[in-house]
Amino acid sequence: MEKSLLRYIWRHTRRQQLFILAIVAASMVPYFLAFDLPKQIINGPIQGGGFESEGATQAYMDFTVTLPWVGTIFQFDGIPLDRLETLGALSAVFLLLVIINGLFKYYINTYKGRLGERLLRRIRYQLVDRILRFPPSYLKKVHAAEVSSMVKDEVEPFGGFTGDAFVQPAMLGGQAIAALFFIMVQNFWLGMIAATMVAIQVGIIPKMRHRLIELGRQRQVTARHFAGKVSDIVEGIGTIHAFDTSNYERADISHRLGHIYKIRYDLYQWKFLVKFVNNFLSQLTPFLFYSIGGYLTLRGNLDVGQLIAVINAYKDLPGPLKELIDWDQARQDVQVKYEQVLEEFEAPTFIPPTVHTLAPKSDDKSLSPLAAVNVTIEDQSGARVAEGVSVRFERGETVAIIDNAGGGAEALAEAFGRVVWPVIGKITLQETDLLELPESVSGRAISYSGADSYFFHGSLKDNLLYGLKHAPTSTVTYSGREATQRRWEMHEARMAGNADFDIHAEWLDRGTTSVRNGQKDDLKNSLLSALDAVQLTSDIMDLALHSTFDPEVHTELAARIVDMRHALRSTLAAKGLSHLVVYFEPDRYNIEASVGENLLFGTMKQGASNENSLLDSDYFYDVLRSAALLEPLFDMGTAIAENLVDIFGSLPEDHPFFQQMITLSADEIDVYEQLLLRFKDRPAGVRPNRDELRSMIRLSFNYVELRYRFGLLTPELSEKIVKARDLLHDKLPEHLSGLIERYDPHRYIALASLRENILFGKLSHRIADAGDQIRAVASGVMHEKDLYASFLGVGLEFDIGAGGRRLTLVQRQKLNVARSLIRRSDFYIFNRALPGLDRRVQSEIVKNVVDFLKEQDHDPAIIWVLSNTSLARMFGRVVVFDRGSIADDGTFETLEQESGIFKSLVA
Amino acid sequence: MLLREEVQLLRRIPYFAKVDPCRLKLLAFASSRVSYEANQELFHQGDAGDCAYVLLDGSADILMEAPDGEVKIGEVTGDCIVGEVCLLCDGVRTATVRTTTPVEALKICKDAFAKVLIDPGVTREVTRAFAEQLHRTTSELDRTRVGQRQLVN
Repeated sequence: MEKSLLRYIWRHTRRQQLFILAIVAASMVPYFLAFDLPKQIINGPIQGGGFESEGATQAYMDFTVTLPWVGTIFQFDGIPLDRLETLGALSAVFLLLVIINGLFKYYINTYKGRLGERLLRRIRYQLVDRILRFPPSYLKKVHAAEVSSMVKDEVEPFGGFTGDAFVQPAMLGGQAIAALFFIMVQNFWLGMIAATMVAIQVGIIPKMRHRLIELGRQRQVTARHFAGKVSDIVEGIGTIHAFDTSNYERADISHRLGHIYKIRYDLYQWKFLVKFVNNFLSQLTPFLFYSIGGYLTLRGNLDVGQLIAVINAYKDLPGPLKELIDWDQARQDVQVKYEQVLEEFEAPTFIPPTVHTLAPKSDDKSLSPLAAVNVTIEDQSGARVAEGVSVRFERGETVAIIDNAGGGAEALAEAFGRVVWPVIGKITLQETDLLELPESVSGRAISYSGADSYFFHGSLKDNLLYGLKHAPTSTVTYSGREATQRRWEMHEARMAGNADFDIHAEWLDRGTTSVRNGQKDDLKNSLLSALDAVQLTSDIMDLALHSTFDPEVHTELAARIVDMRHALRSTLAAKGLSHLVVYFEPDRYNIEASVGENLLFGTMKQGASNENSLLDSDYFYDVLRSAALLEPLFDMGTAIAENLVDIFGSLPEDHPFFQQMITLSADEIDVYEQLLLRFKDRPAGVRPNRDELRSMIRLSFNYVELRYRFGLLTPELSEKIVKARDLLHDKLPEHLSGLIERYDPHRYIALASLRENILFGKLSHRIADAGDQIRAVASGVMHEKDLYASFLGVGLEFDIGAGGRRLTLVQRQKLNVARSLIRRSDFYIFNRALPGLDRRVQSEIVKNVVDFLKEQDHDPAIIWVLSNTSLARMFGRVVVFDRGSIADDGTFETLEQESGIFKSLVA
Repeated sequence: MLLREEVQLLRRIPYFAKVDPCRLKLLAFASSRVSYEANQELFHQGDAGDCAYVLLDGSADILMEAPDGEVKIGEVTGDCIVGEVCLLCDGVRTATVRTTTPVEALKICKDAFAKVLIDPGVTREVTRAFAEQLHRTTSELDRTRVGQRQLVN
């Protein structure tokens, strides 16, 4: 990229800049015509110039074309019009000119805007392209949030500047020179004075603005660091809370904001000082004209007319001049920003673009061996973590690499994964330097999973299949409006020097999955086996069971789940296990559910406020009234209050039972106690007020007879509650209807989780192991109905959050390994990939992974840097590192007998 | 069975006889009701214990593992408590309890029990009852030992 922004802009928009300049020049013609026209209208038809006699006409639009030397070659005598007609005609021309000028302005502005946006797009793309091509060590030093703030915010002004970069100075400069020239013509010496003042202005103001630019630079850097700090706080929020350092962070932020404030305040002071000087200088010239010009006039050296002409001509000078100086200020400003950004995006070397060439077809050739040739690797501080390492791995080998002392094994694995570049020596794949191979070869032949994995914001499935998205494998054919849109996208992308790959094409390379039988379900099988191998399947099943999906989109799945619901019910009945679940039945009270649940008989939309907005609504109480439930529920609430006060009243405020047993706090118990006392003092027949009524009724909603055992639910009452369901749902007002979805045994409930939809009832809490029993039966039914894969599919849609933070650490590590296992590669490198797992699980997963990969037909090599050295037994070859170099290399058995280091490690 | 009936029943159990009824109600409320079919285990010898069971209805056998299979060493029916030792100290179940008829029981968890016991008055009453029980068992054991010795001699 060019060092100067102007040059950069010129290089990429040269043709457009010249074009727009021409347009601007052309637009000047109607612009000046429009200036002259009002005078004509006033002097002519309005004041009657040329229409002195009655019935006089004027020729309209008469013109002659005259060429020098040749003489008149064309003459048009015009149309004779009378006074009123001329007024109409001239006014019409004026209107026309106004429209033409407006259109010119519109066109020019749009054009400039587009020019700027294209350039902005180009710069941003180039910057991100550079990020993608930075050597790995370089990116370790930069702060992600700062880089993104640079790409997003700091380049923003470039776009605005681009449109004006050349047009503005050309136009304003022309105007200023014209004005100056005009003054010169009037009087040479006064012209010289004006020219000198202009020179001083143009010389001094930009100098004064140096300080402004310096401040601007500081502002930019501090703002960037501030962005970095804010993102630091967000990412480290757990650590901040854990160590009680929130106030330290507050102090830090406050300090930074103070610094930014100081810079900005300085900036304002300078800005307005410069403005003041600038204004002063431009006002100084008329002063000189008046005083010196006036003096000369009095002395008789200058006539009055000339002086007035000069002063009039000077009116047109300060405007363009000021704007020109402003333009220069903007130029310096963006230039500084540009340099600043560029500085951060310069690296001594870049990955050459050829390494990143798009390669849609992967040739199926297997590559081997993978070798390190005299490799030396340095860490970030420059210390050598591996030195002079030479080792060769062939396809089909299973290799464990273990470290005795130092981190040589890890560093070597990272070099294989191209996470670090060796400082001396090279890594070769089939005798070619790995760093010179296109990534379409190295990135597919080698699958690397390290301990620090990164996940992209999206679903679990997107992340699992991420390693298969190398290039678009199909082209989408668009038609109609979409085709136009796509053509436009491609055109614009090329105009801004962007890549025009289609993100909507199929990027998944289905031919490079680890399980490959040439069948359609290769991808699915690879995915499921990979998940099984890392023991992630049950986690995903859990995620699925707790998630919801839109039955409108997945109609078939919803229908099959309802089907499974019925199948589960009949299977349970057949096994004599019906008593484990109390189903939701529209015409029956569910004794395992609370009074409130029985009334609402549906799933509430997630969010605490939703439930309250329904339960507190007047509509709800109207329903209770018409169902004749107000009185009984009030009585029930009162009885519950009496019992609760009896049980909890004497407990200390902080007793754990308040959290555990009931949803009430000690204070609320007190409130109810007061209420009960108030009722007791009241003469019989006095009705409770609205608030009292409602708070008692609210208490009854949580009542579950089987759990509370106060004996308050009579058969009549439960019958009434069941009847109230229809009343409640039939006329649900619009603002409440979205909050709840009624249970229907024959329909999928969109608001309820998968699990609730399958069970469609409440587990009997009296039966100790009801949950386990149901799970066993349900799992059988699920397989019988062939829903296993569909459920996992729902689980795979789980949104894992930014950086995968909605998953646990262990889940992330497993996912990271699974992501490699889905890919078909010649070498699988696992670099201490499972440190968070306990030893037993670790050893199971290592075994699963090795077995899984060995089962496939492509005979890959597995190279595993182990943190748990005893697992080396599972590998055919063991390489032992000691202080950055290879100490031993051989089979487990030979090393166990011969190598002292190895013996001590494994023992 | 309603909560207040459970409280009545708890009061008939020696450990809780002298505990304030209000507290017993709290204990009952904090405990959950469980149902078992015939021939189900409430708990198994050697498992870690975390709760006691008050049988409300039905009966169960107390069994101990011996070299030649299980030996029945006792039986519990309504109004009896089993597994209560674990409420006061950690340890494993010393016997297996298996139902012989369908059983309704109140499951008192150690956690809930400890929280009801926060009150010193309650603790005193319960520990006194436990001590008495221990006293009875010890003297029974002594008598058995004396009997055994006489048999040997």
